[in-house]
Amino acid sequence: MKYMMLIAGSEEGWAGVTPEEGKRLYDEVSRWWGEHASAGRIIGGHQLQPVATATTVRRSLDGETTVTDGPFVEGKEVIGGYGILDVADLDEAIAIASTWPMPDVLEIRPVVDGD
Amino acid sequence: MATDRSAVDDRLSAVLRDERGRLIAALVRILGDWDVAEELVQDAAVAALEHWSTDGIPHNPGAWLMTAARRKGVDRLRRQSRYRERMVELTREATEMDAGVATDGPMGTDDRLRLLFTCCHPSLNREAQIALTLRTIGGLETPAVARAFLVPEATVAQRLVRAKRKIRDAGIPYRIPEPAELPSRLDEVLRVLYLIFNEGYLASTGAAAERRDLARDAEWLTSLLLRLMPDEPEVIGLLALMRLHLARWEARFAADGSLVLIPDQDRTLWDRSAIDDAVELLGRARRIRRPGTFQLQAAIVAAHAVAPSWQATDWDAIVTLYDELHRIEPTPVVALNRALALAERDGPAAALAEVEPLADRLGSYHLFHAARAELLRRSGRGEDARAADERALELTDNPAERQLLEARIRQAGSERSAGPT
Repeated sequence: MKYMMLIAGSEEGWAGVTPEEGKRLYDEVSRWWGEHASAGRIIGGHQLQPVATATTVRRSLDGETTVTDGPFVEGKEVIGGYGILDVADLDEAIAIASTWPMPDVLEIRPVVDGD
Repeated sequence: MATDRSAVDDRLSAVLRDERGRLIAALVRILGDWDVAEELVQDAAVAALEHWSTDGIPHNPGAWLMTAARRKGVDRLRRQSRYRERMVELTREATEMDAGVATDGPMGTDDRLRLLFTCCHPSLNREAQIALTLRTIGGLETPAVARAFLVPEATVAQRLVRAKRKIRDAGIPYRIPEPAELPSRLDEVLRVLYLIFNEGYLASTGAAAERRDLARDAEWLTSLLLRLMPDEPEVIGLLALMRLHLARWEARFAADGSLVLIPDQDRTLWDRSAIDDAVELLGRARRIRRPGTFQLQAAIVAAHAVAPSWQATDWDAIVTLYDELHRIEPTPVVALNRALALAERDGPAAALAEVEPLADRLGSYHLFHAARAELLRRSGRGEDARAADERALELTDNPAERQLLEARIRQAGSERSAGPT
């Protein structure tokens, strides 16, 4: 099954992380990502630019469009990246998310398969 | 040979009570579809009513139902090509069944265990876990689950539908967790079973008999889990805990339905042999030497259960057990209960000193105020005690607890009006 893994950072999680520690975590993530990608468990995904770069486009049924600055949900947690997992079941997806090296919050959702 | 219809009814209900979980589990494993599995069991039950009335009750009713359900499954799926592989499996197992292969083998066992872990998967919410477990493994009908939790039937039905949909759409697997995940996943299962038990044991709303049935259902499910995982000390601990509570059931309520607390319970009403068995069971867990929260809670209840009276209770042992429990589970509620045991060992002043700092975290917990009231009363601070009881009363809706608190407040009032003597 394919799952989207949304990765959100929170200030709480990152409080007290020193720059050196942050650097180490980034290196760790590169290694982690590479390992799962080469094993075929992660088949896509990206890190996103900081939330300050976000733009929200809101569309209504009557065709109206509103463009605003910022993400569509203002919350403590901000989406910082995503990955697409291709695994056997939810437990495998949870197991992968459970080893994510950073103090983030991850949401796992199955994607709707086209066929 | 024709059999009396009502005798068939009774027998069928009893068989389904024990076998339903096993049937569903096996069918879910083969078909991967909960709704179809449930419908097939339903179909098999209808067929049983018919056949058993005319042909008599079969020698092994559980196996009969399994065979019938599988045959119904083959009929139903014959035309659907995507089920072809599964149909082969159904046919093979139905044939083995005819050849007399026992349904009680390890395969049937594993199926139910797998199903239990699926029902209690952490990605399902608590209500869904409880409803699924009771409905699927416990064999309770939807209305019975609804009555147990005092929610409308439609709500339970909705929870079940949503939970089953999530299992399917989110890809929640149907298997026993890997060793690395097992401790946390087993803990999740035990918590669900304990919640079901407490709903029956602690809640005093609803019919008493039904509450007791629910507590017994939880006990039954836990004993099933122990049969499936005989070497897990926390499973033993939880089962012992439930049995120790059930052994004191008769003494817990007065004739008017109000709650009787342990110090005031008539200990001759306690089921001594059940207590002895549970204590022995707990000893089995202790020998595995992997202590845990349920084993410790059971040990605390056991210390009460074996004491000849409230006064002659081994408070030193109980305080020590609470210390251990607090190390594993450092929650304010555990600290509160430890303080109450301390009051018996070292007096109310020592306990109050431990209780007061918990106010920040337990301020909205009625039992915190009720416990504090009791300690204040014993310290000779009647006015403060009364205020604390009143605060506790504001915070609980439980009728039996309210009755108890109201009685205490009334009593305090009459003592005061009688004046100091």
